[in-house]
Amino acid sequence: MASVIPAGTATPAQTVGPFHGHALPFAGGGAPAPAGHPQTVTVHGAVLDGAGDPVPDALLEFWQAGPDGSAPAVPGALRRDGLAFTGFARVTTGRDGHYVLRTLPPGGAPYLAVCLFARGLPQHLFTRVYFTLPGHDPLLAALPPDRRLTLLAAPDPGHHRAHRFDIRLQGDRETVFLDFATPRSGAAPGAL
Amino acid sequence: MASESVREQTGRAAAGLQESPRHDARRSTADGARDSAPGAPADAGAHGIPPYTGDPLRRPRRPLVPVAPGPEAVELSGPVFGPADVDPLDSDLTRQHAGEPLGERITVSGRIADRRGRPVRGQLVELWQANAAGRYANRLDRRRAPLDPNFTGAGRCLTDDEGRYHFTTIRPGPYPWPGREHTWRPAHLHFSLFGTAFTQRLVTQMYFPGDPLLRYDSIWHSAGDAAARDRLVAAYDPGLGVSGSTLGYRWDVVLDGPAATWAEEGR
Ligand SMILES: [Fe+2]
Repeated sequence: MASVIPAGTATPAQTVGPFHGHALPFAGGGAPAPAGHPQTVTVHGAVLDGAGDPVPDALLEFWQAGPDGSAPAVPGALRRDGLAFTGFARVTTGRDGHYVLRTLPPGGAPYLAVCLFARGLPQHLFTRVYFTLPGHDPLLAALPPDRRLTLLAAPDPGHHRAHRFDIRLQGDRETVFLDFATPRSGAAPGAL
Repeated sequence: MASESVREQTGRAAAGLQESPRHDARRSTADGARDSAPGAPADAGAHGIPPYTGDPLRRPRRPLVPVAPGPEAVELSGPVFGPADVDPLDSDLTRQHAGEPLGERITVSGRIADRRGRPVRGQLVELWQANAAGRYANRLDRRRAPLDPNFTGAGRCLTDDEGRYHFTTIRPGPYPWPGREHTWRPAHLHFSLFGTAFTQRLVTQMYFPGDPLLRYDSIWHSAGDAAARDRLVAAYDPGLGVSGSTLGYRWDVVLDGPAATWAEEGR
């Protein structure tokens, strides 16, 4: 079995550009939680650029395990039938750069996978939203404490079962963005 | 999506953000040949065009953190799509309105595979594009070019068991890059693709062979070296179109994946 996939054969990514808003969002995209589900949590925040200004044209995708800890294998990820939890969400930021996600808490590894698209990014960015910082997570363990905190959602005491998660594209508190595709060459993950 | 009217999408007030004129001349590191000081002649990249490096205020400054996802990583799976997600008519962008859109009818089809050549089955492919005049039916596109009331320019389909996708649409027009002198985007289709793993997520752009605007396009150049750029250009395929109706373009896609040991697990 081939142990190394030759690099460079994949189709390159390109910027999403500014004109995706009539094509990619779908009804209920930011609310994968089944209607009235008692475990529903709200995750919300802003996407901010290097000047601290909101990014009003970002598209965020979330993928996560269900409360039982397993990744949903339920077709219908673009549909909201009010019953099934498909684990997939897609939401755009508003003019204030803010997004809102209404979902179920992930079981198992306590994080949401995030893929961020925006005009001005040559390609998409991956990150994670952690609800707690588990002791045994290899990614978090390899990050300096201040970088680790950029991946942690903060409880939002002003709202019921709500968490705040801002994404900073640049700056002192630049969010940790992830690379899943480049083979590791001896360096520990997170070694910068 | 077929029911959305062009008027509704474009009639709202603009949010004000066009493609930014801000441009940073720092080169992409995707192509080592360009790895020289900004402003140096070699920095211009192939054809003398500096590759697009994004909005200087948006592009992260710190290196990406490599992750070798363990078996517990949710990114090794991905959303599942099915017939409920996509209407069969969603893949024909010329049939979304009462009338016929203007433009050259094209068939765009190809195969989605992973890096080991295995077909990506039953996954979502999304396409969006400008109309034949190079105008998007999008409220952010404020350019003075005609809208087409019979063309929205957004479609979806699922790949079949061989990983193939299939769209019927029109060839989009080129459009000028707002705020840049004499700078036009070549005709292109925006594509969004899913693999079996969330790490394989891909948004990219497909171009047309022989387009004279390609060599001037910084976004196309941002794909990397000549081989990488070529992977974004479809091939004209006379047998692929519908005889007497559409020109056929074939464009195959290879999704990247998580590196390292995961690739050996035979997913
Ligand atoms: Fe475009």
